[in-house]
Amino acid sequence: MDVLTEVRVLTMRELKKWYRSPFLLVFTLVQPVLWMGLFGKAFNLTGFLRIPNEILDQLPPAATSQIASVFNSILTRFFGRADIDYFSYISLGMLSITVLFTSMSSGMGIAWDRRLGFLNKLLAAPIWRGSIIVSKVLATVVRSVLQASLLLLLALALGARFNPLLPLGPLIAVAALCILAVGLSSFSIAVGLRLKSWESQAAVMNLLNLPLMFASNALYPVSLMPPWLQTIALANPISYAVDAVRQTLLLGQAANTAILITDMAAVSLFAAFFTAVGTYLAGTTLKKT
Amino acid sequence: MKAVEVEGLVKRFGQLVAVDNVSFTVEEGELFGFLGPNGAGKTTTINILTTLIRPTSGKAFVAGYDVSKQPSKVRQAVGLVPQEITVDDDLTGRENLMLQAGLYHLTHEQARKTIAELLELVGLSEVADKRVETYSGGMRKRLDLAAGLIHRPRILFLDEPTLGLDVATRAAIWSYIKRLRSEAGVTVFMTTHYMDEADALCDRIAIIDRGRIKAVDKPVNLKNSLGGDVVELEVVDGGRSVAEIVEKISGVKRVAVVDGLYRLTVERGDKALPLIVEALVRNDVKVQRIMLKTPTLDEVFLEYTGRKLREEAGSWEESFRRRHVLRRARAV
Repeated sequence: MDVLTEVRVLTMRELKKWYRSPFLLVFTLVQPVLWMGLFGKAFNLTGFLRIPNEILDQLPPAATSQIASVFNSILTRFFGRADIDYFSYISLGMLSITVLFTSMSSGMGIAWDRRLGFLNKLLAAPIWRGSIIVSKVLATVVRSVLQASLLLLLALALGARFNPLLPLGPLIAVAALCILAVGLSSFSIAVGLRLKSWESQAAVMNLLNLPLMFASNALYPVSLMPPWLQTIALANPISYAVDAVRQTLLLGQAANTAILITDMAAVSLFAAFFTAVGTYLAGTTLKKT
Repeated sequence: MKAVEVEGLVKRFGQLVAVDNVSFTVEEGELFGFLGPNGAGKTTTINILTTLIRPTSGKAFVAGYDVSKQPSKVRQAVGLVPQEITVDDDLTGRENLMLQAGLYHLTHEQARKTIAELLELVGLSEVADKRVETYSGGMRKRLDLAAGLIHRPRILFLDEPTLGLDVATRAAIWSYIKRLRSEAGVTVFMTTHYMDEADALCDRIAIIDRGRIKAVDKPVNLKNSLGGDVVELEVVDGGRSVAEIVEKISGVKRVAVVDGLYRLTVERGDKALPLIVEALVRNDVKVQRIMLKTPTLDEVFLEYTGRKLREEAGSWEESFRRRHVLRRARAV
């Protein structure tokens, strides 16, 4: 019971710090919205395969349907369904990217707590050391999922169209994002525990954020990538969370249960690994010599 | 039972011996001070006693518990107010205390009652629901003091409680420390590098320098150990006779002449002063200036460590390196 109290008060501290600074909330949303808007509207990948009407009018109907079936099979191969527009595709990818950016910054909090002496005060209290980590992870999960939901609403307002796999689809998508947030924030906190200064922590996270985004299927399908990049993308946990969200919210009837299970298993495995590492480091690093 | 009992405590950080075979005891209810310059090993000692770091060797018992073997018992019994201001700017004063109460597993009812009392004690009831970012430095420190007392600890550790505060705020913090000692009845262990602070607050002082304790006693005893007060005397036309006159007065131990100034070492300056003046007047010596100096802890520190508190004797590099190593070790 005591542990629950500790985790609750520490989580509430994190969340209060977050929602009391609206600037922070807006700022963390700006980047994904920019990516979504700029990439989604400018690099309209699915739009390349759309034939202008004046050309369609000049073609015989048989040719038109032939071209259409070729293009549709290409679209299906890359995007899972032929009638998907790129903006919807990328905006669902951006949900995981919001989780990525938010979670990766959570280790900075522990570096700051150390620097400000707050960590020492926590360590002098009779609390379970894991509470310090668990509360940061929990707060990050709540923040990430709320921000992702806001982003989803923004995407809908900007014209995205989804085909959710009802009734469980949205729930599974949220679960995938939560698990991803657990894994990434545990990783970030583990780094924060080792690196000690928030400057080096920020440097590491900035170094990782963009490569993790670009080397995933968040912006474009993995099958469009060269083989070496495909290997990286398939090792990237972001890809699995993104795919789980697309399977459940975008593909509708075309969703593949086996793939969805693989996605969820991969994200869970990643999260379990880094949670274990984070908890272990909390035990050793926070127990000073 | 002693509140704190330390025997042969040693803490090494690599080559550096931060705490070097330190032994002392703190009585229940006492206000005990660790006085020494930066890098003397004060914070390292506090960190060991509050279980933040482990000693290299030696024994330390706090509230009767072994800091190495029963750290969670020790944590329950002590409160720590670190030298940094550790209250959270984004929360209100009350929320900071609620957070602290949660960390010590107080029930909601207990927490509300205790927090109301503590806010009253440190004089922050009025601003309790304002965010800490609007507080002044002194108010933050007071909130930190209250946070350290939330679970009614038996021993409160204050690390440099007035570091970086202005003179008026320091005096206010002192009065709060005295008040919480008398009202909360807590044993206080504090560190400081301000002489006047140790003098004004502490029942007993340990003078610590480069990891070693040089002396432990009441401030007044430490000062008395210097051999008494000094009376400085300037007369209009000096001469051999002045020294002869004052030497005969009871209580005067030594007379020295420095730059035409007579320096009399006396047992009790307040008692000797009238006698000196009277004897001089009777012998028609015109006194131009007379001054009584009671020894300060500054002089005590000089006496015991062979150097002044503020000036770093030895090489500058050595003391810099020492502080640097300690700071890095502390940041673990």
